[in-house]
Amino acid sequence: MAIDPKLAEDLKPHGIHVTTFESLINWGRSSSLWPMQFGLACCAIEMIAATMAKYDMARFGAEVFRPSPRQADLMLVAGTVTKKMAPLVVRLYNQMAEPKYVIAMGACAISGGPFKPGYNVLKGIDRYIPVDIVIPGCPPRPEALLDGLLALRKKIAGEKLIGKQRARHADAKGTAEFPVPEYGPHDLHPTANREIWNPDPVVHEEGADE
Amino acid sequence: MDHPFIPVLVFFGVALAVPIGALVLARIWMRFFTPIKRGKEKNALYECGVEPLAERQVRFHSQFYLFGLLFLLFDVETVFLLPFAVAFLDLSVGAFLVAMIFLLLLAEGLVWAWSKGLLNWRGVPKPNFTIYGD
Repeated sequence: MAIDPKLAEDLKPHGIHVTTFESLINWGRSSSLWPMQFGLACCAIEMIAATMAKYDMARFGAEVFRPSPRQADLMLVAGTVTKKMAPLVVRLYNQMAEPKYVIAMGACAISGGPFKPGYNVLKGIDRYIPVDIVIPGCPPRPEALLDGLLALRKKIAGEKLIGKQRARHADAKGTAEFPVPEYGPHDLHPTANREIWNPDPVVHEEGADE
Repeated sequence: MDHPFIPVLVFFGVALAVPIGALVLARIWMRFFTPIKRGKEKNALYECGVEPLAERQVRFHSQFYLFGLLFLLFDVETVFLLPFAVAFLDLSVGAFLVAMIFLLLLAEGLVWAWSKGLLNWRGVPKPNFTIYGD
């Protein structure tokens, strides 16, 4: 049973802060996101800049880059994901402890970006792991990364811990591991995880090509 | 209630209650809100995302135990030699002799280990995995 928001607002000037258990937990979670320490390409440089003194990601509690997936709960896919690297990224995501979140940073992580025609470039990490926030840019500036982080914090703040709408990590039947693609002779196998990646089919209209 | 060890008892109780309480809370939390999701990938050895090559438990040869003991010998020697060297000029002849006897005892231990052949590395265990390019 939630408290009336107006009553909670009225109590604030008297030094009484009323909140729900859920929002307290979500506040704690969103205020201490520990990113996994790895960078894949030039976006990583911007990611490093965001943690340094000028942009200071520590203001949002996300400066503790962890060298092990066991201690991290945010995966910043910063840069081009090559097909050689994709299984490693998926495996690292699987090895992270719940709850875990993914930010796809930059055009490459989203879709392959300028390297999309490349035979060895994965056309978006969302083909294999669920992405929470996408940050466009090539590369996005540190401010954009901070904005993405704040968006993720907002998303976490709205998460449900119980009930039908609860988050994946709170659901005992929710997916725990996403299949790691294998190296094939020409492409990764499978080329995408169809359970989480279902784009609208491309429709070729009559005469559209001319 | 005026026993002098009552505060110690209270400290002990608090020191016991805090970690146990935290563990119980974590257990209750896990039961209701974050169900454990084990898996082959998740429990696998962390090797920077690469498929693990070795076993989880790394085995050390038991000979390392002897080397550890010998290392202790040299280590303790260094710890005692440093103040000895610093105060060397102010020491009496008796103190100098005592330090020399101490050194002699340690050196004796080394000679004993040497004569027993403990410094020879016997048999290197083969790794139970193959490395790329081997």
